[in-house]
Amino acid sequence: MMKFLKKFYLGIIMIFLYIPIVVLIVQSFNAGESRAKWEGFSFHWYGELLRDERILNALYVTVSIAVIAMVVSTILGTLAAIGIHAMKKRPQALMMTLTNLPNTMPDIVTGISLMLLFLFTKVERGYVTMLLAHITFDTPYVILSVLPKLKQMNRHTYEAALDLGATPTYALFRVIIPQCKQGIITGAMLAFTLSLDDFTISYFTTSPLVQNLSTLIYSATRTGIDPTLNALSALMFVALLVLLLIVNRRTAEDK
Amino acid sequence: MLTDMSLPWWAWAAMGAGLIVFAVMIGMTIKRNRGMHRSLFASPYTLWMIIFTVVPVILISYYAFTDANGNFTLDNFKNFWDSHYEANKVIKAEAERLGVDYSQYITRGTVNVDTLVYSLWMAFQCTIICLVMGYPAALFMADRKMKLGSTLVVLFIIPMWMNFLLRTVAWMTLLEDSGLINQVLELLGLGKIQLMYTSNTVLLGMVYNFLPFMVFPIYTVLNKMDYRLSEAAADLGCNSFQTLYKVTMPLSIPGVVSGITMVFMPSVTTFFIPRVLGGGYTMMFGDLIESKFLTEGNWNAGSALSLLMMLLILVSLSILRKADPNGEGGGLA
Amino acid sequence: MNMKRILLLLLALAMALTMTACQSGEATEGSKPAERVVNVFNWEDYIDPAVIALFEEETGIKVNYMCFTTVEDMIVQVEANPGAFDVCFPSDYIIERMINKGMLAEINFDNVPYSDQILDFLLYPDYDPQNKYSIPYMWGTVGILYNTTMIDLDPDNTSWAILWDPRYQNSIFMMDSIRDSMGVTLKYLGFSANSTEIPELFAARDMLIRQKKLGVVKAYQVDETKDKMVAGEAAMAVMWSGDAMYAIDLNEDLSYFVPMEGSNVWCDSAVIPITAKNKENAEIFINFLCRPDIAAMNWNYIWYSTPNKGAIELIEDPDGDYAYDYTGNRTLSPTPDIMAKCEFFRDIPEDYLSVYEALWMDLKNTK
Repeated sequence: MMKFLKKFYLGIIMIFLYIPIVVLIVQSFNAGESRAKWEGFSFHWYGELLRDERILNALYVTVSIAVIAMVVSTILGTLAAIGIHAMKKRPQALMMTLTNLPNTMPDIVTGISLMLLFLFTKVERGYVTMLLAHITFDTPYVILSVLPKLKQMNRHTYEAALDLGATPTYALFRVIIPQCKQGIITGAMLAFTLSLDDFTISYFTTSPLVQNLSTLIYSATRTGIDPTLNALSALMFVALLVLLLIVNRRTAEDK
Repeated sequence: MLTDMSLPWWAWAAMGAGLIVFAVMIGMTIKRNRGMHRSLFASPYTLWMIIFTVVPVILISYYAFTDANGNFTLDNFKNFWDSHYEANKVIKAEAERLGVDYSQYITRGTVNVDTLVYSLWMAFQCTIICLVMGYPAALFMADRKMKLGSTLVVLFIIPMWMNFLLRTVAWMTLLEDSGLINQVLELLGLGKIQLMYTSNTVLLGMVYNFLPFMVFPIYTVLNKMDYRLSEAAADLGCNSFQTLYKVTMPLSIPGVVSGITMVFMPSVTTFFIPRVLGGGYTMMFGDLIESKFLTEGNWNAGSALSLLMMLLILVSLSILRKADPNGEGGGLA
Repeated sequence: MNMKRILLLLLALAMALTMTACQSGEATEGSKPAERVVNVFNWEDYIDPAVIALFEEETGIKVNYMCFTTVEDMIVQVEANPGAFDVCFPSDYIIERMINKGMLAEINFDNVPYSDQILDFLLYPDYDPQNKYSIPYMWGTVGILYNTTMIDLDPDNTSWAILWDPRYQNSIFMMDSIRDSMGVTLKYLGFSANSTEIPELFAARDMLIRQKKLGVVKAYQVDETKDKMVAGEAAMAVMWSGDAMYAIDLNEDLSYFVPMEGSNVWCDSAVIPITAKNKENAEIFINFLCRPDIAAMNWNYIWYSTPNKGAIELIEDPDGDYAYDYTGNRTLSPTPDIMAKCEFFRDIPEDYLSVYEALWMDLKNTK
């Protein structure tokens, strides 16, 4: 009974999370352009999508930045978390303040302050600056996901490993990193997701020449959202879902 | 060019030098073996943050304390307290020029302070709702008997792979007068209700967007928790509620604090959601800052607002830190 | 375990993407040097893509087309990226501001022979009194779009007062834009939409606050409004005539009028930033847009009022491609009576603008 209630509760939350997604997908098959009226089923917008070079370019920018930022910030953040964890109390507190600084700033301020930085150093804004900005806001999230794992870790296992003759490097890769693997993965996922989803910071750190999906969609919300963008989102959704299913089946077979 | 790698040469040189220095440091510490300072692992990150966070914050502070000509001034902060500060100067000058009495037009504008209070209140509500909704979800996800954990984490993340702007617009499609929910209500003969353009709609949008940030940290901590502890508690005669209350919950506090941080901070400064779902009726602090920078183009005033916002959040964070009884070090994780 | 695999897969995917993109990037780079280009910076969805294609085909000049969403943003971008744009399309008072800031280059009208097609009332406008810097692209008015099934009114004889009528509870979309909302209210009160008189501005603010407290306003927004009006979400909306045409096209119950007190008339014009790298190509592009057949084609896509005499003739030509009663459409071509009462927005001096902003914030702060 309890088990059913728990599942029921999780189900409700899932419905809450997925309702807008379903709406988006359904809209992408609407024959008409208006968001409000259903004018019959059609693949029209999917055809449009393939012909729309701007959207495809934006997709490429978004995905490539998300992945590169994820990889870099995961490495940077995991190392930093291990480092911060090993620090003495005072520098640790200082580092935590530094880590929380980008989150304390409203996105718009982070974006604008980075824009000021790039203008100040005469760095032309574009793909690279956007990437740098994404790494900057991703990394603290990786740290925040990895640190709790490190804190939960029993300090003595590491010392025990050393006592048993492991070198610190060996102990790092064999004891510390495996123990916070879950945190690293969560952090990487978060970084990828945040980067994929970011609008504000991208908006200020790129020029109109290099647009990602968010800035493109933002322009579109001004003129009325084109269902082509819904079609793209639906495709991305399905692609990720298929990817997940494949991976899940593989892992099931492995077991 | 799409992938225009145009950075000045010195930027590349600086990055290269940083990498080399880091590699040397790591190499040295590894060589020194036992006495290795793992704290050095944080050095590239520290460098990165100094360039891309500390320096920009200094730039923002510079703007906050100067006027458009770059001279030192506190006017931007006076503007925060009294949004009519600049306007009053103009009105006084005008009155003097025309020789008329405009004293009835000299008032204090409270919009900045009011908006700040309102934003904090909204963010507080959003955080509480996320906690109440998210904690049980994280708890059930971490339940070993259900074996749902990792699948559900993925299910929580997937919606966020759809663009946040599009998701918010999708809520609008659901909630507006001719939207899906109202169409269903009409079919049932219940009549339309106004769902859009209220504070609660904005709150809904915020909870929708920030809920996963509450669930993840709690789940991560719970999942890592030694489940034998709760088994032991049960063996020692605790019923499941006592186990939850006395064992699981205290152990999950680091996750809760982390979750609160991750939800509260972005929700204070939300923008776009109030505009789309709130119909521009009410403003949040993010909208205010945005309009200062983008609509008014007043970077100095906008910087001052941002600086105050940061200070305020830093203060609330230190309070939060105190609330974490196990507050080891940063206490934020 | 499985999530690690997802990450690996994603990584592989991105690698593949990066590889392909790099290759395509190199391919385009090879053909670059000989190319003539013009960098155009325009409002989102504000040109017929076929016009661009035709221009590239006829002149061999490649068009890099970029979009902005607000004029304020456009100014920021033009200042922050010198040399990135050759042609921009700002609105009237922004042109005045750009002229005052010295951001615009004088257009060489010898290179734009088709500029003689521009309607007379748009020449030597208040915002560009010497007619040196701008060439009109599209124009229109600000008025009220209403749903004829919800409201019965006489479009020739209705005042802005309808926006303060307590009968229309929760059924008006106002513009979330300082100049437009203040402008409309100032007009209603019988003042200039460019007023800098303190008592007039405070009177306008008090009217707007009263309106909010009356409960007639459903929402303050700008760009979302037209789709919502099409969906029948509200009875009335303050709107630009161009957006109104779009909405009426999708929902025939909608109709547009300019209230009898007059309103704001606006004009988006082509200008050349002083930093432009391809000024001559920019002039060729502007001239192309002024060619009557192109202006007509563009009109048929955007549906805003065109400033082009020749285009209007082509549009009205009963044997032509369009055969549309342009002058008979009150939304596209308002009567001279109304036009006489309309005025362009001027760039308000910065100190008075701070009064506007403070007053607008008071409205926003009204609960």
